[in-house]
Amino acid sequence: MELTLKIWRQKDANDKGKLVDYQLDDVSPDMSFLEMLDVLNQELIDKDEEPIAFDHDCREGICGMCSMYINGRAHGPDREITVCQLHMRSFKNGDTIYIEPWRAKAFPIIKDLIVDRSSFDRIQQAGGFISVNTSGNTQDANNILIPKAAADTAMDAATCIGCGACVATCKNSSAMLFVGAKVSQFALLPQGQIEAADRVRNMVAQMDLEGFGNCTNTGACEIECPKGISLDTIARMNRELMKANI
Amino acid sequence: MTLDSKVPKGPIKDKWTTYKDKINLVNPANKRLIDIIVVGTGLAGGSAAATLAELGYNVKAFCFQDSPRRAHSIAAQGGINAAKNYQGDGDSVYRLFYDTVKGGDYRSREANVHRLAEVSVNIIDQCVAQGVPFARDYGGLLDNRSFGGVLVSRTFYAKGQTGQQLLLGAYSAMNRQIGRGKIKMYNRHEMLDVVIVDGKARGIIARNLVTGEIERHSAHAVVLGTGGYGNAFYLSTYAMGSNVTAAWKAHKRGALFANPCFTQIHPTCIPVSGDHQSKLTLMSESLRNDGRIWVPKKLEDAKAIQQGKLKPTEIKEADRDYFLERRYPAFGNLVPRDVASRAAKERCDAGFGVNATGEAVYLDFAAAIQRYGKEQAHVKGLDESDSDLVIKLGKEIIKSKYGNLFQMYEKIIDQNPYETPMMIYPAVHYTMGGIWVDYNLMTTVPGLYCIGEANFSDHGANRLGASALMQGLADGYFVLPYTIGDFLADDIRTGPIPVDTTEFDDAEKNVKDKLDKLITNKGKYSVDHFHKRLGKIMWNKCGMSRNAKDLKEAIIEIAELRKEFWKDVKVPGNADEYNEELAKAGRVADFLELGELFAKDALHREESCGGHFREEHQTEEGEAKRRKEFQYVAAWEYKGEPKDAVLHKEDLKYEDIEVKERSYK
Repeated sequence: MELTLKIWRQKDANDKGKLVDYQLDDVSPDMSFLEMLDVLNQELIDKDEEPIAFDHDCREGICGMCSMYINGRAHGPDREITVCQLHMRSFKNGDTIYIEPWRAKAFPIIKDLIVDRSSFDRIQQAGGFISVNTSGNTQDANNILIPKAAADTAMDAATCIGCGACVATCKNSSAMLFVGAKVSQFALLPQGQIEAADRVRNMVAQMDLEGFGNCTNTGACEIECPKGISLDTIARMNRELMKANI
Repeated sequence: MTLDSKVPKGPIKDKWTTYKDKINLVNPANKRLIDIIVVGTGLAGGSAAATLAELGYNVKAFCFQDSPRRAHSIAAQGGINAAKNYQGDGDSVYRLFYDTVKGGDYRSREANVHRLAEVSVNIIDQCVAQGVPFARDYGGLLDNRSFGGVLVSRTFYAKGQTGQQLLLGAYSAMNRQIGRGKIKMYNRHEMLDVVIVDGKARGIIARNLVTGEIERHSAHAVVLGTGGYGNAFYLSTYAMGSNVTAAWKAHKRGALFANPCFTQIHPTCIPVSGDHQSKLTLMSESLRNDGRIWVPKKLEDAKAIQQGKLKPTEIKEADRDYFLERRYPAFGNLVPRDVASRAAKERCDAGFGVNATGEAVYLDFAAAIQRYGKEQAHVKGLDESDSDLVIKLGKEIIKSKYGNLFQMYEKIIDQNPYETPMMIYPAVHYTMGGIWVDYNLMTTVPGLYCIGEANFSDHGANRLGASALMQGLADGYFVLPYTIGDFLADDIRTGPIPVDTTEFDDAEKNVKDKLDKLITNKGKYSVDHFHKRLGKIMWNKCGMSRNAKDLKEAIIEIAELRKEFWKDVKVPGNADEYNEELAKAGRVADFLELGELFAKDALHREESCGGHFREEHQTEEGEAKRRKEFQYVAAWEYKGEPKDAVLHKEDLKYEDIEVKERSYK
């Protein structure tokens, strides 16, 4: 198929940036979206132009590196996938596709479609862990009984890949789904109880410090989350925060 | 140079315990005076960085991704082995040790494998304490499943995302130490050389991938946890950025590279769809617990399927060849990976492949859906003869076990695997070979350590499923933190290592010259052009089955391609900015050297073992034929060009396991 691409180009954080048009004439529906960009980059290199910079690594939807706003939607039109899993069969011949970076104050642009998500790391460093040393001499794993339902719900929250689609899609650039997911994982498990109050307070404080916005319960994050993380995690985080502050 | 594995004396069961009792320790106050660099933040590097920091060392950790959480360990799906024997099915430390040595086709170091099996149980305790949400049964206890090459259920899992959960566990342990200031994290940094001072590894040269700046970092020891080199094949299940560069630079600085030809080709990956393909996607081995692998019995059926005239669901049960169940009745669909991959290739080479290219076999869940559906109907007191109901209930169970894998498959192939069998084909997945290390996990360069997939020691010629995660975490959490102290005990009075020395000057100049050469070359072809061509040579001539003629050709072709690369490669942009093409060019340059050594190693190893199958050495039934005279580790010393590499042998002795014909029948 033939496609027109309008891609955000920005040399570095200080550059103003703009959308640039590109044409591709021979795109196969079996290509992934990133493979389509590989083809474009190959053409640009052949023409001595600078290729488009974008983040990507595992290309199987789990590392959370890829991050693009496609036609106004985080990770593109399909549900519960990342850009690398999006295939060109989701588009049709003659389409114009807008490709932009995540946009949020807490995610400054590095180049073109690449943003700096280290604010996410700093939130995790503020409390996204259980303070157990790594000696391996803890109690036997089966001494901690966990109801299957709690383990499964914790797992659902833990599947967050830290891509930032929730922030990018939120009109307030809120990171509450991301933080709520980690808080929920530990809140649901007995191992997480000891530090629960400090954890939620510290993580939320860091989230605010990084410049993420607040949640107004629109629910766009849940829709665009490639791992289908539920809004319940935000409710659980708020409950935990309230418990911690009472 | 003589290779000293430094395996402690004494009975195998006591080696590690006794050794730990006598090893040199560094007291807590002195640990604060010692710096350690850890390169790579996957399961091995991440867990090592966290533990070393926990112990009190000053750690600097490096990863090329934008966060340590993105290392490719995250993509491991199926599970992690541990000899817990929670299922009471006869498992034990010895049995895990035995299975791993046998699975590796008797080419791994016995003492290291036994230690791995011993500490496997601590890993599960550790991870649960960290809040890793492993799957549980209704009583709240941990659940297990079975993996290839074994007769027990010892694999712990978190849906099809076990690697992700374990890595996030290690990442959270790192985060705790980053928050305490004990780990200084360098994201988007790539190591481009090791700096050797007075014969010891004392630092690295790294490139900041955002600014292009070349940085000097010093430490008292350097640890590489930089993963495998399967991307030499271009198409593989590795991440796009996975590379051999750190390991290769270490090799060039004196670390021997062991068994480079031992590569794992995983049987269940999504087949190649076209020339645009950039990577291959794994479908977890856990699927072989419930999926049955087959091709049509009749050649005409296979032809009709290849032409799109027949559907798999239209082929009668009697006309299907469940070739793994037929050839290996004892292990069936759960034979080890090397065996399963070769069997699939054998059927496809004979014309029975089931997609347009003829390079795919079916992985079918219909029987499992029936089985689970009937079980559920029975449990719920519903009508077991209602076939629609049974299928519905069966699909629900399959979804709960493998839902994310089925979704991945559907997104890529655009077919619903609940309704029609998956199509799969083998793909490059893991490298058992790597930097040679002794029992302490130290390379032949003092102070330079290598852990996880990047080293060679534990998996021999073939790795069993769910053992990579086990090894990465064992090395990082429970082995290296002890053994590195033995070396660092001599460094408590050394003081900080200065970076303004000639050794750092030389290493930095070496790195800058190479980058300059790539940027100013202005050749005709892109980096990918050369990488794809290397991949084709590797796959066709050093792939699932190898012979002397092909390997000799590969050595010549790769050497020529390397020359062409340095003459004709084109890298746009500059070195002092974000430049992915430049980073890629450096990695491909190293793959082009490694690839030749790989072929040389495969040519020299005149036997078949595990993932290394030499056509000249097979039994009448087409199984791998090991040769006693090759019962050694082939460790190569760098001498300028790969063709000049010098072979050193570490003989492998099996005192606690009888070396037998490896049979899964």
